Amino acid sequence: MTAVVDTLRLTAEDAIALVERGEVSPAELHAAYLGAIGEHDGELHAFLRTVEHDDGTSIPIALKDVISTRGIATTAGSRMLEHYVPVFDATVTRRCRDAGLSILGKTNTDEFAMGSSTENSAFGPSRNPWDPERVPGGSGGGTAAAVSAGLAPWGLGSDTGGSIKQPSALCGNVGLRPTYGTVSRYGIVAFASSLDQVGPVAKNVRDVALLYRIVSGRDPADSTTVELPETVVLPVAERLDGLRIGVPRQAMALEAIEPGVRASFDAALALAEELGAEVDECELPLSFDYGMPCYYLIAPAEASSNLARYDGVRYGLRGEGETYRAMVERTRDDGFGDEPKRRIMLGTYALSAGYYDAYYGQAQRVRTLLVREHAAAFERFDMLATPTSPTVAFPVGDKAADPLAMYACDLLTIPSCLAGLPGLNVPCGLSEGLPVGLQLIGPQFGENALFRAGHALEQALALDLVPERLR
Amino acid sequence: MTWEPVIGLEIHVQLKTRTKMFCRCPVGFGAPENAQTCPVCLGFPGALPVPNRTAIEWVVKLGLALGCEIAPRAVFARKNYFYPDLPKGYQISQYDLPSCTDGKMVVPLQDGEHVVGIVRAHLEEDAAKNVHVGGRTGRIGGADYTLVDYNRGGTPLVEIVTAPDIHSAEAAKRFLQLLRQTIVELGISDAEMEKGTLRVDANVSVRPAGSDELRTRCEIKNMNSFTHIARGIDAEVERQVAVWESGAEVEQHTYDFDIGSGALTARRTKEEADDYRYFPEPDLVPVEPPSELVERLRGELPELPATRIARVATAIEHERALVLVTGGLDALWEATVAAGAEPVAASNVIANQLVAGGADPAAVDPGELARLVEARERIPRAALTEALAKVGEPGFSADPYLAQETVSDAGSLEPVVDAILAANPAQVEQFRSGKEGLLGFFVGQVMKETKGQADPRTVSELVRAKLSA
Repeated sequence: MTAVVDTLRLTAEDAIALVERGEVSPAELHAAYLGAIGEHDGELHAFLRTVEHDDGTSIPIALKDVISTRGIATTAGSRMLEHYVPVFDATVTRRCRDAGLSILGKTNTDEFAMGSSTENSAFGPSRNPWDPERVPGGSGGGTAAAVSAGLAPWGLGSDTGGSIKQPSALCGNVGLRPTYGTVSRYGIVAFASSLDQVGPVAKNVRDVALLYRIVSGRDPADSTTVELPETVVLPVAERLDGLRIGVPRQAMALEAIEPGVRASFDAALALAEELGAEVDECELPLSFDYGMPCYYLIAPAEASSNLARYDGVRYGLRGEGETYRAMVERTRDDGFGDEPKRRIMLGTYALSAGYYDAYYGQAQRVRTLLVREHAAAFERFDMLATPTSPTVAFPVGDKAADPLAMYACDLLTIPSCLAGLPGLNVPCGLSEGLPVGLQLIGPQFGENALFRAGHALEQALALDLVPERLR
Repeated sequence: MTWEPVIGLEIHVQLKTRTKMFCRCPVGFGAPENAQTCPVCLGFPGALPVPNRTAIEWVVKLGLALGCEIAPRAVFARKNYFYPDLPKGYQISQYDLPSCTDGKMVVPLQDGEHVVGIVRAHLEEDAAKNVHVGGRTGRIGGADYTLVDYNRGGTPLVEIVTAPDIHSAEAAKRFLQLLRQTIVELGISDAEMEKGTLRVDANVSVRPAGSDELRTRCEIKNMNSFTHIARGIDAEVERQVAVWESGAEVEQHTYDFDIGSGALTARRTKEEADDYRYFPEPDLVPVEPPSELVERLRGELPELPATRIARVATAIEHERALVLVTGGLDALWEATVAAGAEPVAASNVIANQLVAGGADPAAVDPGELARLVEARERIPRAALTEALAKVGEPGFSADPYLAQETVSDAGSLEPVVDAILAANPAQVEQFRSGKEGLLGFFVGQVMKETKGQADPRTVSELVRAKLSA
């Protein structure tokens, strides 16, 4: 490699140190990553567009294409917004810029963040850097693939039911879905407002903590945000002494979990015990029985309303029509792909007069029960652990025709999302040569504890997370 | 059979906050189209609402003035429907948990006090303004194209819903006058129908007098003054009574009231029923006004118009009291009476001549006004008119006007009267053949000739004496 830096292995923290020591300029670093993108993104399609020059004074960052960037198209992976250029930055974009980060580009996503493979992107799927025949997960597959392939030191994703954690698991990097309300949603193209959370994706836990520190905290423009009760601490822990880890029995009973995933997960927990953790079974019966149906009522219901603004009147795609109604119908028929249409229909039905109580209303009541069930578990445990994804990365096209199979990818990530809790994906091994992810769930605002545990495990596991074919 | 109208009102009041309900765009008229907009009120992807604190305080204030329960926890909800004036595809409103519920307003009418229940008062955002161009209907269906001005979109609105406690068009008008005055005095809105900052829809049904059933109701919209509302209600009541008396049944419809013709036009029936798919707005947290705030606002409430009408009506007739209070004139009246003016005379002068003269009631010195009221029949009419036009000016003194005397000696007025009668032989002839109403014409001519200095009563007596001679 003739490049100034080896982007494949460079962590964000080390990249910042290089810039601070003057060994590389922000512009050179930006260019180095553009070089890597030029080399690999033809195959991976992690990026929907890149930014040639940026005035950042630090290192670059990749942003999922649901995050508004002033002057840079933000499409949410949809034809509807193919030519939409925001006139304002999302709060997280603003915070990244304020921290000196340069915007490297916008990464691929399932349309409106609806999906678990990026195959629902209107602009074609992204590919997994470990095996381009396989998906990188979704909806944030673009960011995850970019980070694992060294096309970006780190990135931001958005997570509604697993869109940060699951792609990180499938690509072998670290992803955090933060506590609901700790990161601003202002400027994030909305999918399901009561579930959407922005979060960092990076090569290791310290980088994730660093980026979380940059983007988190109350935002006056998002009424649902709060100030963090404690500052973010970069983890240094190597031991897990006294840490009580609960493993939900109902999660591990799921047949969908592949043996290789189970083996990797069990080995990681055994290692955690060696590091001093106490691991025990815990009960979350409602969460795994009702989490999925509950999510598929609440998320589509909110989506059906959030996506109503795409009517062709003010921005984005506009279809032809003789009347207002005909124009709106043509716009929405042409602009939305199958998955958004499916969820708009589901959600509209769930909110309809006469069905509201049975569907949306009932799902909200169930959600309250899930919150309580998790709170009860945290009386006994400091954190919960499950595999992040029941499977390793699957072949492109494998589940594309079967929505329910695709929805099942998020079986393990959904319950804690409904409860508004933070979850961290930490790579815990390989199965069939593909990464397996461990999901650590903490109580509300438990991010620092997740970082400490994740960091200790990461150090002890000492996995090489560079995809073998790129080494 | 006698029929009793049953009327409920739905009132929208645009609040005059500095900024919009959920963003910081300014509220107000006159800006170029779409100049007062931002990503939030245009519904851009990712933009989020942040509630206006003042609007929340003001709806609580209004709720307290209307005797409502103030919800310790109110919840914004999304009302979903497609229309070009609704940029997000939903309106943020309140649904099952509104800010104010269960209030009432006491409307003093001549036959006693009527209580109108307030079912709810809630906060929401206004829609933008559509201008349908071309077509004959003025509606989107037949238009060639539609222009949308989003300046109004997102303006804070309070929706007030009354119980069906109103039983005449007149009572509806009185209620609205009182409600409007209350809103204006709270300082939360200009509440002007012609500007659209106050909008009223009426739900009307009729029933046999004495019964307590509720029959099918119709909604009337598009009325832009209290008088039109009363006319619209009367027209709808008449229509419904005719339908029931013909043996048919009233069907539920929405009617537009045509101000020009007084006709009611039924709106086209929609193919499907509205289903707004309300659900709690997930982008906002519940509104939980602290009890200290509610109590502070309660303490700040001024004495309300209804209370003041009752008080003023102990001194003068009820109708006059209502006019003074709803005209914002009762404070001046009270001060003028306290300065020594006779109550009825003071109310007449204030409600008629003072208002006609254009003086600002708030700037008037009640002591000087009381002197004018006292001298109103002694000084020349022209002097009184001029004085009342100027009584609001700084440093006004009644002295120069009170110094003027009317010309009331018959000797100096007789030649003028003679000249007027001689100049109008035709009118003299008509008066003599019984058209006595012409007396005022002759008096007026004499007053004009004397430049308002003559005493009208003396002139009138002189004219009458000469013509009957």
